Amino acid sequence: MAITEEAPPAAAEPTPPPKTDRRPPKGGGKDADEQARHLNSPLLLTMLLLLTLLLQGPIRGALASPVMQSWMTVFVAVTVQALPFLVLGVLLSAAIAVFVPASFFARALPKNPALAVPVAGVAGAVLPGCECASVPVAGALVRRGVTPAAALAFLLSAPAINPVVLTATAVAFPRNPEMVLGRLVAGLLVACAMGWLWLRLGRADWLRPPARASYEGRGRGAAFWGSVRHDVMYAGGFLVVGAMAAATLKAVVPQEWLRAAAGNPVVSVLALAVLAVLLSICSEADAFVAASLSQFSLTARLAFLTVGPMIDLKLFAMQAGTFGRGFALRFAPATFALAVLVAVLTGAVLL
Amino acid sequence: MNRHAQSAVMFLLGATLLHAGSTDLYLRYVKAGLRPLLLLSGAVLIAAALATLWYERRSASHANQDDHANQDDHANEVDHANLDDHADHNHREPRVSWLLVLPLLALVLVAPPALGSYSAMRSGTALQQAYGYDDLPATGPLRLGVADYAGRAVYDHGRELRGREIKITGFVALDGAGHPYLVRMALNCCAADAQPVKIALTGKIPPVLRPDAWLEATGTYTPERTKDPVNNGPIPYLKVTSARPVATPADPYDETWNN
Repeated sequence: MAITEEAPPAAAEPTPPPKTDRRPPKGGGKDADEQARHLNSPLLLTMLLLLTLLLQGPIRGALASPVMQSWMTVFVAVTVQALPFLVLGVLLSAAIAVFVPASFFARALPKNPALAVPVAGVAGAVLPGCECASVPVAGALVRRGVTPAAALAFLLSAPAINPVVLTATAVAFPRNPEMVLGRLVAGLLVACAMGWLWLRLGRADWLRPPARASYEGRGRGAAFWGSVRHDVMYAGGFLVVGAMAAATLKAVVPQEWLRAAAGNPVVSVLALAVLAVLLSICSEADAFVAASLSQFSLTARLAFLTVGPMIDLKLFAMQAGTFGRGFALRFAPATFALAVLVAVLTGAVLL
Repeated sequence: MNRHAQSAVMFLLGATLLHAGSTDLYLRYVKAGLRPLLLLSGAVLIAAALATLWYERRSASHANQDDHANQDDHANEVDHANLDDHADHNHREPRVSWLLVLPLLALVLVAPPALGSYSAMRSGTALQQAYGYDDLPATGPLRLGVADYAGRAVYDHGRELRGREIKITGFVALDGAGHPYLVRMALNCCAADAQPVKIALTGKIPPVLRPDAWLEATGTYTPERTKDPVNNGPIPYLKVTSARPVATPADPYDETWNN
C-alpha cells in the first residue's frame, strides 16, 4: 500500500548538508555550546528519516491493528485537510504583517475599542476558511497594532459565520433553516461578548505574541517568506498536536456514551459541547456531523456548532502557540462557558 | 530546529502534499474537492522552503563579506555585531515543529487505508431522508449507491425497488454477533467526519466474508428492517442473490452529500 519506492530519493535529495557553521565560534563557551546544538538539527532530521526508512517493516507491523489503522487515517486526514487552510491563513497573515501598513487598521477600525469589537466580529464573515486560518491571521492583527479585543472577536467569529460555513449548515439542515440563523446570531454574540470581556478583564501581560526576529532592515521578500516559514513551522506543529488528540478520541471513545447522554436536556447540551471540543472537526464540516446526531435536541446541536469553531483541542494548541499558554488557559474556558450559555439562550429564542 | 532543517521539512511536506494530491492517495483522507487547494499549498510550502534557503545563503554570504572587511580594524566591535546577527540568524523555532515530521512519515511510509469496518461498526448509521427520490430507469439491473438504496428502502418504502435486480458496491463489516453489513462511509470534508451508511445482508451470503473486503452484491429489495445498535438508526435489508469481490474504488467514500 505504501509508496516505499518514492521515499528514499525524496528523503535523500532535499536534506541540506549540515553547513550552518560557516563562521568560527566566537565569544564564550555558552555560545559555542548553542552553536553545537543548532548544528545538529539538519543532521538529526536526516538520521531520523533514514532510521524510519530502515525500520519501516517493524513500524508498519506495529501499526497493523484496526485501532491503530483508523487512528492513523484520522490523524493524517485532519492534518491533510487543515494544512491547505493553514497555509492560506499563513500567507494572509504574512501579507498583513509585511504589506499592509499599521496605519490602515487604525483608519479602518473605530477608535473606540468597544466599537471596534463588533466591527471586527462582523469582518470575520469575509475570511472564507476554517478555524486553522483564523489563528495566524488574528496573531498578525495583534502584532500590527489592532486592539487585542477586536482581534479576538475576529478570531472567534471568522470560522463560525463565514459564508462557506453558513452554506454548509443550510445544506446539512434542509428542514431547519433556523439553524443557520441561530448559528450566525450565536457566533456573533459570543465573539463580541468575548471581545468586550477582554476589554474589561483582560490584561496585556497574559497575551504573549511569540518573540520573533524583527523584519526591519530586511527586504520585503525576506520578511514575507520569513513570516510564512515561522508560522507554518509554529502553528503546524500545534496543528499536529490537535490532530493527534482528535484521532485518539475518534478511534478510542465509544459512541454508545452519546446515546446515554441524549436523554437528559441539560446533560445533552453539555455532552455535545464537550464533544465539539474533543472532536476538533473543521468548522466547514461540523454541521454535517451535527445533523447526524439526530438523537439530540436542536439546541444541543446548536451548542455543538457554536462551541466547535471557537474552541477545540486543535485550536487550543494553536492559540497556546500563538498567544502564549497563560492566555489560552484563561481564554479557552471563558469562551467555552460563554458559547454554551449563548447557544442555549439563542436556542430558546429561535429554535 | 534551525532554518536549514525547517526548509527541509517544509520541502518534504510540500512534496508529499503534491504527491498525495496528484495521485488518488488523497481521496483516502479528504474530499475530492480539496485537490486544487492541496496542490496549491504543496507548491507554496516548496516555494517557502526554497525561499528560506535562498535568503539564508544570501545573509550568510553578506555576513562573510562583512567579516573579511572588518577583520583587522574593529575586532571587538565585530564580535558584538556578529553575536547579535548570530542570535537572529539562528533564531530557533520551538521543539513542537519537529512534530511536523509525523504526518510526513505517516503519509510516505505507511499511507494508512481509508476508514473501514472498525470505524463503521463503532458509529451509528448516518442515513438521512432526502428531499425526494428521482425516478429510476424502468428496465435493466439497477446500480445504486449504499446510501441511495438505504434511503429509498427506508423513507420511500422501496416504491421503485420492488421486483428489480439491484447491484450495490460497498465494503463488508461484521457486527459483534457476526451479522454481515454492506457499508459505505459518507464524507463531507475529511475522514474525521466520515460516517457510515449500512445495509444489512440476508439471503445467499457468501460463506466466508472478510471485514473490509469490497463486494458488489446483487440482490432484491425486502421490506425487512433492523435498528443500528449504536444510535437506533434504521438499517434496511438487501436479499442477496450473488456477490462478487471487487477492487477498492478510487474514491472509497460516498461524497454525494457534497453535491
